[in-house]
Amino acid sequence: MLAYVIKRILSTLPVLGVVAIVVFLLLRLSPGDPAAIIAGDNASANDILQIREQLGLDRPYLEQFFGWIGQLITGDFGYSIYLKRPVLQLIGERVEPTLALSLSTMAFAIVLAVPLGVLAAWRAGTWIDQTIMAFAVMAFSVPVFLIGYGLVIQFSLTLNWLPVQGFVSIHKSVGDFIRHLVLPTMTLGLVYTALLARITRATMLEILNEDYIRTARAKGLTESRVLVLHALKNASVPIITTIGTGLALLIGGVVVTESVFAIPGIGRLTIEAVLQRDYPVIQGVILVIASVYVVVNLLIDLSYSLFDPRIRF
Amino acid sequence: MTQSLQQGLSHSGLSATRAGLRRLWRRYPLSLIGGFVLISLTVLSVLAPWLAPFDPFEMNVVDRLREPGEEYFFGTDAYGRDLFSRTLYGGRISLLIGLSVAGLSTLIGLLIGILAGYSRSADAVLMRIMDGLMAIPGILLAIALMSLARPGIGVVVVAITIPEIPRVVRLVRAVVLSVREQVYIQAAIATGTRLPRLMLKHILPNTLAPLIVQATYIAASAVLIESYLSFLGVGTPPEVPSWGNIIAEGRLYVQIAPWNIVCPSVFLALMVLSINMLGDGLRDMLDPRLQTRVR
Repeated sequence: MLAYVIKRILSTLPVLGVVAIVVFLLLRLSPGDPAAIIAGDNASANDILQIREQLGLDRPYLEQFFGWIGQLITGDFGYSIYLKRPVLQLIGERVEPTLALSLSTMAFAIVLAVPLGVLAAWRAGTWIDQTIMAFAVMAFSVPVFLIGYGLVIQFSLTLNWLPVQGFVSIHKSVGDFIRHLVLPTMTLGLVYTALLARITRATMLEILNEDYIRTARAKGLTESRVLVLHALKNASVPIITTIGTGLALLIGGVVVTESVFAIPGIGRLTIEAVLQRDYPVIQGVILVIASVYVVVNLLIDLSYSLFDPRIRF
Repeated sequence: MTQSLQQGLSHSGLSATRAGLRRLWRRYPLSLIGGFVLISLTVLSVLAPWLAPFDPFEMNVVDRLREPGEEYFFGTDAYGRDLFSRTLYGGRISLLIGLSVAGLSTLIGLLIGILAGYSRSADAVLMRIMDGLMAIPGILLAIALMSLARPGIGVVVVAITIPEIPRVVRLVRAVVLSVREQVYIQAAIATGTRLPRLMLKHILPNTLAPLIVQATYIAASAVLIESYLSFLGVGTPPEVPSWGNIIAEGRLYVQIAPWNIVCPSVFLALMVLSINMLGDGLRDMLDPRLQTRVR
């Protein structure tokens, strides 16, 4: 087990290495002078020169790369060109809304999608199954802003139940924190629910055809026991894997949802950085998010043996 | 006599097509609906210059933020531009981007995937690169790529294509790896079939079916991502009437003129939905395993 864990942890290093190279090359491979791109259209030659020196863009690529990696390892992600503050500090300030929205979306989707997927597989081929799957294809195709603005028009502007937009920190007021999260969570949650419901149904369909399910039913177990204890438990590994790989989709959705609801999270930070060509911030955000993705999927991989005792390392 | 024979032939051909369509309708009703909606949207978009009642760029301050009605089917925007005409033109951009991204990413992904599936040494390096690319959320990578060049439709296509490539590579590689173990491939190698012929004749056809399905999903996702990029202000240039841009401009007036957002969003949703429905149908049609499974 320990040997596997160490091997699996080491296997994330090349992935993170590639992410770092991509992030490094992003700016350097762009057509034109990177310093001029960062400086913007109205910059003077002097501004460009200053940026080039500040970012070390005048040094050889390899020297730049290893110098940069060395800084990253010590936790120095550089300074924002526009705000003149450490990138990690800027990201840290924006973590709460993004983390809150991601977690609440995930919880919402799991609570909704797993029962729907199980129900669809259990009643496969019937109108119940077809309705649930039609909903899943639709939720997957409808743009986030249509769901978002639809909910806002209905629940905020017409019924006046919930705030239109914004975010309140949990430290300030728990009630306001929750009220501001409801609509964004439902908006983004529907997309994620569709993804999870589809995979739950597909996995459950396969498992419900297994011999041990027939045995369980023959033993006279109640249908709910068969579905939950025998089938769903065995379906948990693919479902959890999808939750992990779906994280990329979720984070993409968070960026758009934050914009719809004016939530000051990491998504907004990224868009602001791109509009201002604040490269150290863009690089920092991509590195942090890709690392989160890699670490979460590593943990999910390692957790398989908890959910499925057949998997031994 | 020849004439009547021809008539009889064409008649039987027609009824065969009709019977085929009926069979398709029974088995894949959703895909047929999807296909029909997609074709309608395509026709509407392609014929936009002839169908649009107004010039999509023509501003008319007197008629700003008009409600949908007889004169303006979808109402007007804050500059008094006709939203119906703009929505039709927006469809052209979405179609163009969806098709280009699907074509480019499957082509590049196919080449890399075949290389990775065939050469073990290239495989190790290529797949690590793909793993790394997949760890970056697609929209985020596209947003970052958009900051590198002046916004334009070509840049949007490239920015959406790059994050899609790894998925195609993985798919093609998996197919190549399983196919190269088949006996008929071994036989082809043993009889001295050269590599290019082996690829073209034996390996490529096997990748075709899953690639077509994947390409439809990529097209749907590209249409959606383009609208997200434009909505966020980092997509197609603001003067282009793409659906994302129309919605981004309309969001300022969501309280007083919600049709600015709803009308283009519904078209966008219909297009993505119809492509996805078509993709689901193609997947079921092209995957023989799903045909025998109990439904």
